[in-house]
Amino acid sequence: MLVSVYRYNPETDDAPYMQDIHIDIPGGKDIMVLDLLHLLKEKDTSLGYRRSCREGVCGSDGMNMNGKNGLACITPLSAVVVDDKLVIRPLPGLPVIRDVVVDMSQFYKQYEKIKPFLINDTPAPTMERLQSPAERAELDGLYECILCACCTTACPSFWWNPDKFIGPSGLLQAYRFLADSRDTATHERLSELDDPFSVFRCHGIMNCVSVCPKGLNPTKAIGKIRNMLLQQAT
Amino acid sequence: MVTSITSFGRSGLYDWMVQRVTAVVLLAYTIFMIGYLLFNSDMDYMQWKSLFECTSMRIFTLLALLSMAAHAWIGLWSVTTDYIKPTGLRFVVQSGCGLLTFIYVVWGIQILWSV
Amino acid sequence: MNELRTLTFDAIVVGGGGAGMRAALQLAQSGLNTACVTKVFPTRSHTVSAQGGITCAIASADPDDDWRWHMYDTVKGSDYIGDQDAIEYMCSVGPQAVFELDHMGLPFSRTETGRIYQRPFGGQSKGPDNPTQAARTCAAADRTGHALLHTLYQANLKAGTTFLNEWFAVDLVKNEDGAVVGCIAICIETGETVYIKAKATVLATGGAGRIFASTTNALINTGDGMGMSLRAGVPAQDMEMWQFHPTGIAGAGTLVTEGCRGEGGYLINKDGERFMERYAPNSKDLAGRDVVARSMILEILGGRGCGPNGDYVYLKLDHLGEEVLLSRLPGICELSKTFAHADPVKEPIPVVPTCHYQMGGVATNIGGQALFPDKDGGHTIIDGLFACGEVACVSVHGANRLGGNSLLDLVVFGRAAGIQIEKQMREGYEAKDASEADIQRAMTRLNRLNGSSEGTAVAEVRKELQATMQLYFGVFRDGESMQKGLKLLGEIREKVENLYLDDKSHAFNTARIEALELQNLMEVAEATAIAAEVRKESRGAHARNDFADRDDENWLCHSVFFPADKTVGKRAVNFAPKTVEPFPPKIRTY
Ligand SMILES: Cc1cc2nc3c(=O)[nH]c(=O)nc-3n(C[C@H](O)[C@H](O)[C@H](O)COP(=O)(O)OP(=O)(O)OC[C@H]3O[C@@H](n4cnc5c(N)ncnc54)[C@H](O)[C@@H]3O)c2cc1C
Ligand code: SF4
Ligand code: SF4
Repeated sequence: MLVSVYRYNPETDDAPYMQDIHIDIPGGKDIMVLDLLHLLKEKDTSLGYRRSCREGVCGSDGMNMNGKNGLACITPLSAVVVDDKLVIRPLPGLPVIRDVVVDMSQFYKQYEKIKPFLINDTPAPTMERLQSPAERAELDGLYECILCACCTTACPSFWWNPDKFIGPSGLLQAYRFLADSRDTATHERLSELDDPFSVFRCHGIMNCVSVCPKGLNPTKAIGKIRNMLLQQAT
Repeated sequence: MVTSITSFGRSGLYDWMVQRVTAVVLLAYTIFMIGYLLFNSDMDYMQWKSLFECTSMRIFTLLALLSMAAHAWIGLWSVTTDYIKPTGLRFVVQSGCGLLTFIYVVWGIQILWSV
Repeated sequence: MNELRTLTFDAIVVGGGGAGMRAALQLAQSGLNTACVTKVFPTRSHTVSAQGGITCAIASADPDDDWRWHMYDTVKGSDYIGDQDAIEYMCSVGPQAVFELDHMGLPFSRTETGRIYQRPFGGQSKGPDNPTQAARTCAAADRTGHALLHTLYQANLKAGTTFLNEWFAVDLVKNEDGAVVGCIAICIETGETVYIKAKATVLATGGAGRIFASTTNALINTGDGMGMSLRAGVPAQDMEMWQFHPTGIAGAGTLVTEGCRGEGGYLINKDGERFMERYAPNSKDLAGRDVVARSMILEILGGRGCGPNGDYVYLKLDHLGEEVLLSRLPGICELSKTFAHADPVKEPIPVVPTCHYQMGGVATNIGGQALFPDKDGGHTIIDGLFACGEVACVSVHGANRLGGNSLLDLVVFGRAAGIQIEKQMREGYEAKDASEADIQRAMTRLNRLNGSSEGTAVAEVRKELQATMQLYFGVFRDGESMQKGLKLLGEIREKVENLYLDDKSHAFNTARIEALELQNLMEVAEATAIAAEVRKESRGAHARNDFADRDDENWLCHSVFFPADKTVGKRAVNFAPKTVEPFPPKIRTY
């Protein structure tokens, strides 16, 4: 098959370029894109990409495969290769450090902005804070986020305003804490979000939902934040 | 919290609400006009004129006009903040849009009450 | 090149996994100038993969639960070479450490009364006299490690911890007194090498499961902390003890949690027989991991394996019903579909015992202080060096870790190391500055690699190393084949000493990192192999065909690998808990 990989080494390349490589998959097996990258790296050790858990839970290897963001380690070739060809690019919208490795600082900064930690000023009991299964169920579909940035870097609103729009991932986490019955900072959290950019730059394009490798739905969470803002204001 | 002095209501929620409410008004106005034209397909100028001489219609139209202005401003503001990154240029374009909107509103009112 | 930039802190934590971040949190809260150095962004650490839960007697599932029962299970699970003072500390302090996690926001699953949900895991009883299966593993669905790691990162953000993310620690720096005073590290993004100076250095670099070809471990689990400490001359304890998890997905190596069996799943052979009933009549599929893993291999060797080559068995879950599977084990369903092409709701998952956990490591005391065991069975404390988490050997897991005990180990001893350092700093601990020569000594390895003009390629040697370990030091071992393995390792070592780095660029050079990692794998593999050959008995995870029985007379002790001369010594196990009677060794049955 033909693999076309985005290459850029800031020390030697003036500009990024696409490198075309023909490769035979051993045994013709349906391997994951990450395994394919390993094969490429065995031949050319200078190829740079991040990876860690290789099972879709650490969020290291988000990249753009044939035009769609996803995790290389849980994307089988059969799911993305078209006409025996695969184009691998870094996540769009973030500065490239090298090859498919992007600088995620902007993404993390947006995450930090939403105060991603439980705030509860009441004195902690000597045991856990009680939470009913129903209250806990509110966190399902939210806490599972692995911060892979697939969604945020697929969102046009983030491309245009990476410094001001929190982005789908950060907003999903914002709602994760708004929805936690143990958190008491709802009001402060909402006030922080009520500007024309942080939340409201979401135009419901839903790119985020279609790429999330964990099947999460940031758009829905964003809608819920908007409803909470509305309720607080009226 | 991102502060922004050029936005309409300075609050994301407020802008967003205005956007929805004005959209509803514009939708209602459009439906009304289409319906009116359909039921009066043989309409002449006098009939058209008398429609706009009626105060309630003038109020409705004015409401639609103001809604259009607010809606357009918020929309254009967000488009300009998306695509025009140099602050100076953006301010100029936004001022231009604001001025135009204002002119259209005044002009619209003038037309409305001169019928 | 000579003048390295120096970054100075009171304390540094090398590792941003569960143990590292718990230690960093403690230090940040104490106001010490601390940095957490990690080669991957903290939430990408291996702890994120932990699924089943964190075992702790919080008395939710059973209001009468008692940490002493947990302690008994752990001692028994360790096959009696876990240190009982450390196990006592972990089990008794555990509940507090777990409640703290809840207060930080960890989204535990809940019971109807609003308490933390606990599920049954292997090796859990209600005390020495009551083998009833207990449910003691606190869980956040089957994503407990993910929930725990993210919660700890969040708590660290709240506390304002300094993170050096994507920085790779290369080697420890020791001063003229032999005290550890920081480490050499590479900023991966820019390639800059610096000396990070600190009065206290905590190793929390996790395990080294990647020494085996088939492992549940992340690609980053290359035993860097072990490599660093062994090269610095620090002996390693119980390195022959590697846990093989019964249920790694055949072929892929990815784990399906023991919680599957805790929730009622069981193993079957090709005849559909629930074979664990034969090997462990009482606990069946929830016997100790070493026991289950060995039984599986015996089934496979006995020709009762499943699949075209008969080289795996099945984990059956479909009888639990879709609702239970999707609410309690959603992550497992995903993993199984992706990596085994089997939907657990409808069909069983093909599984084989897979390398999972390193019980051995840097010997420490309860405060996380690294120990230097000597050849006479005594030890001294190594100034400035601490260890916690999988890289450390406190030892609470002995010869076999119980499921869910690692996460508890991380938070209890991460916290304890933080407290200990805080105390020492308050008491005015000082260390002499490292001289230029001291720093250059720690640079030797990196300098050689950066100057290499020929040698072997990393990927090739790594494969060879992993295959050798898999073949000669796996679930069943014996003297003759281990001798063969050791000889092969000797040859591999030569190549590892002589690696060729063809890409010498700076910005995000992963080739350099992989070469350094391979050298760490080599250190761990060698310590493992030598210690395994020397321990002439079978105990816990260490099973020998030629010495099939436990030998309490000679081997009721820790093994200690001395890197200086590559010999193995012994160190006594602690049988002196402070508040309870010690548990004497018994025959271990489930
Ligand atoms: C699939 C799987 C499931 C598991 N499930 C459970 C479970 O349910 N319950 C349980 O109790 N245990 C479980 N375990 C075991 C447990 O997850 C691990 O033992 C534990 O997470 C190890 O944590 P740690 O903090 O010691 O290290 P890790 O989480 O591995 O973190 C190591 C850290 O060190 C850093 N690091 C390493 N080398 C360097 C270097 N050279 N320079 C800088 N930084 C470095 C890494 O970046 C990382 O941040 C499981 C293990 C696996 C493999
Ligand atoms: S729905 Fe909102 S957040 Fe998601 S991609 Fe669209 S604009 Fe971005
Ligand atoms: S919401 Fe999904 S795509 Fe976005 S960062 Fe989280 S896991 Fe990744």
